[in-house]
Amino acid sequence: MDMNDHQVHIDEHRDDEGAKTGMWIFIFTELLLFGGLFIAYSVYRYLNPLAFHLAAEELDTTLGTINTVILLVSSMTIAMSISAMQYKNKKLTLIFMTITLLLALAFMVNKYFEWSGKISHGIYPGSMTLQEASRGELLFFGLYYAMTGLHALHIVIGMAFIGYVMHLVIKNEVQHDNFAILENSGLYWHLVDLIWIFLFPLFYLIT
Amino acid sequence: MEKDQHTHIVKYKTYLYVLIALLIMTFISVAVTGIDLGPYTVTAALLLASFKSILVLLIFMHLKFDKKFYGIMVASVFLLLACVIVITFMDYLYR
Repeated sequence: MDMNDHQVHIDEHRDDEGAKTGMWIFIFTELLLFGGLFIAYSVYRYLNPLAFHLAAEELDTTLGTINTVILLVSSMTIAMSISAMQYKNKKLTLIFMTITLLLALAFMVNKYFEWSGKISHGIYPGSMTLQEASRGELLFFGLYYAMTGLHALHIVIGMAFIGYVMHLVIKNEVQHDNFAILENSGLYWHLVDLIWIFLFPLFYLIT
Repeated sequence: MEKDQHTHIVKYKTYLYVLIALLIMTFISVAVTGIDLGPYTVTAALLLASFKSILVLLIFMHLKFDKKFYGIMVASVFLLLACVIVITFMDYLYR
């Protein structure tokens, strides 16, 4: 807080506060993007309650629950990696980040089995089965593929981001007093978790 | 100011407790689906999801420990989203 500290920050040409604010503003655009999709989902579900109920029974709740647990744990490990960095424990930071990446990979493997299961049952956009199904079921699976697909894309981007930050940690370019980018990759990962928290009950837990 | 914010270290234990709370809420929402509560099932699931997201935002995303300014911005965005949802549904319900 005294002048000396302030001086150091100016010399380094850094603006951690600005970096974090920028990340949050980007996260807001993401929230509004998914928010729009959630509104589309709510309206169509309101208009086709029975079809959504029937279609949702095709989804595997167990697989969805496992993926929820995976994402929640990975969110915790990336948050812990920031604490580890602040405690100046580089090794532990990297371990937590590696666990996060492995969990993200597990999520994607689950997603692969889930989607390929659906596709082998003939449920995919434009399939014969869906063309014969009701309009509500068509909408449900269209939204299912669009929303979980967009979410999965965010997982892949998040993995790349965290991987890049790991590279910076290894090169000592992220330190206990300079970790804004690590925090930002964490924020992005939590956003992915946040979206899944709403996707899970809306698609897998319909009764 | 910047220094203040960065010297706050969240303990591993705090994160672990938050995770346990999140997992318990997940399992409750799965269990609630099994019971027939009629229209309240969706309400219960969304309420639990909201509690979960508040926990993630406050602790995992550090809003509780950051400057108030971030929390206000996040709340405004959610308020905007809520307004759009209400307006859309008013259109569909009373058109």
